[in-house]
Amino acid sequence: MALRFTEQDLKEIEAICHRYPDRKAATLPTLHFAQKKFGYISDDAVRVVAESLGLPVAHVLGVATFYTMYNKKPVGKYHIQVCTNISCALLGSREIFRHLSRKLGIKAGETTEDNLFTLQEVQCLGSCGTAPTIQINEKYFENMTVEKVDKLVESLKKGEIDV
Amino acid sequence: MSEYVLFKHLIDPEVRELDHYTQLGGYEGLKKALKMEPVAVVEEVKKSNLRGRGGAGFPTGLKWSFMPKDDRQKYFVCNADEGEPGTFKDRYIMSENPHQLIEGMVIGGFAMGATVGYIYIRGEFKFIADEFQKAVDKAYEAGYLGKNILGSGFDFDLYLHLGAGAYICGEETGLIQSLEGHTGKPRLKPPFPAQVGVFGQPTTVNNVETIACVPDIIRKGAGWFLTIGPDRNNGTKIYGVSGHVNNPGVFELPMGTSLREIIFEHAGGILDGKKVKAIIPGGSSAPVLGPEHLDIAMDFDSLKEAGSMLGSGAIIVMHEDTCIVEAFARLAEFYAHESCGQCTPCREGTPWMARIIRNIENGDGREGDIELLYDICTKIIGRTVCPLGDAAVFCIKGALDRFRDEFEYHIQHKKCLVENKVAIYG
Repeated sequence: MALRFTEQDLKEIEAICHRYPDRKAATLPTLHFAQKKFGYISDDAVRVVAESLGLPVAHVLGVATFYTMYNKKPVGKYHIQVCTNISCALLGSREIFRHLSRKLGIKAGETTEDNLFTLQEVQCLGSCGTAPTIQINEKYFENMTVEKVDKLVESLKKGEIDV
Repeated sequence: MSEYVLFKHLIDPEVRELDHYTQLGGYEGLKKALKMEPVAVVEEVKKSNLRGRGGAGFPTGLKWSFMPKDDRQKYFVCNADEGEPGTFKDRYIMSENPHQLIEGMVIGGFAMGATVGYIYIRGEFKFIADEFQKAVDKAYEAGYLGKNILGSGFDFDLYLHLGAGAYICGEETGLIQSLEGHTGKPRLKPPFPAQVGVFGQPTTVNNVETIACVPDIIRKGAGWFLTIGPDRNNGTKIYGVSGHVNNPGVFELPMGTSLREIIFEHAGGILDGKKVKAIIPGGSSAPVLGPEHLDIAMDFDSLKEAGSMLGSGAIIVMHEDTCIVEAFARLAEFYAHESCGQCTPCREGTPWMARIIRNIENGDGREGDIELLYDICTKIIGRTVCPLGDAAVFCIKGALDRFRDEFEYHIQHKKCLVENKVAIYG
């Protein structure tokens, strides 16, 4: 079934538009809004964003594919992003990434069969003083070790923590 | 002990609350500014020698004075994209002392005749932006934002705008493009943002830390700011230390504090008592230094003289077990990943450099690779719209210049010079 924004959604999008003199400026925030609602930015999500803002689909698609935070394919319930840039790497983020990959049985960019976890390697998260850092959905987990991520994944599986 | 200008949460941990902020003199600078002529506010900032904390070190007051004095709609934009590897300072101003940034935005808006401000925050910092928005809401309630601020007749609206994961949006014209809803591909300058900025209107973009310095400069006067730090490098600086140190973190210290003091006194020295091998002094784009530079004063001019730069003041420390080739292979990969693809030298050059360094690291380096890397550097630098390509060159060329022997060893012996190295890739 084709995606759509509800009346309430459209009201929220109009409120976003009011922050700017030009509706095009609402492209990024509306894509964030769509991703939160639909889970990822499918071609259909691109279409509804474009329609809600009165912009060409090509413009919205161009923006959606330029920025790394817009997921162009479905992600698991927990989107684990491991920073492997220099400050995190100096303190062992590679080992953390490898451990997660082995534990979850997936490679970078893949999602587990139960759709619970997606694993990704990312550039600097701006959390270098508390390295290694991983981001799960919108939350940061800092000063990570192999043991800590291990426990974290177990807690997520059991639904013990909310992200 | 240093005076805290920005990290007032170290004086009062609750300073993020409006009433606590005002108890420490918060919004007094704004009250004072609103009674001054806007041009006098710009003059005061000029006199303070405040220089841009985002990396370039450009005089802030001078930048403000470039804004036209006509009645066009103008914008004041805060760069909170904080994406330079090693940099993690602005987030603490936003989360711990948000009102100081808000106050700085209003003062700047008043000084430049801008009635709308945007804070461009990297998308990953949504959790910080959500908290920051609460401080913005409080400032509106208290009359520090909105219409007719404190009865002055000056209006200023402030909005947060979340990025979506692109280092290039930290470059001011890339940021402007992104704020307008486009891909973050930087624009040619001129025209400079003060003439044609966001939505085609005069715009000034400043870093979070820069803007947060302004309230105290106005409240206490430029003369006070000049008493901190060396001549023309005045004020305090937030130094972020990461990598192989015992106590990584952010430290607000007088500009010009020595690298040795920052690393050994504040950041607790090197992990496991090992020796320092390499220090990147100002975010990944600042050419790397060695242990012989430990006594350098961490300010704009001293670092420039040493062939590097203060950049964002983000210090990345690597100890003796680090393979330089591997570390810079990772950074080369970063620039290749973040090149926006607009200019051929950067789009093609950065991944090419990354492949060559990775090959050298993997033992597949060839004679002539070092010369080839230098050659690629000369073909990128100065030939692109924005400084991302230049930044990649500063980073890679800096490593080649200072640690050439390690690259050569790798090529000749097909292995690392370092045994039991830190595993960055391997």
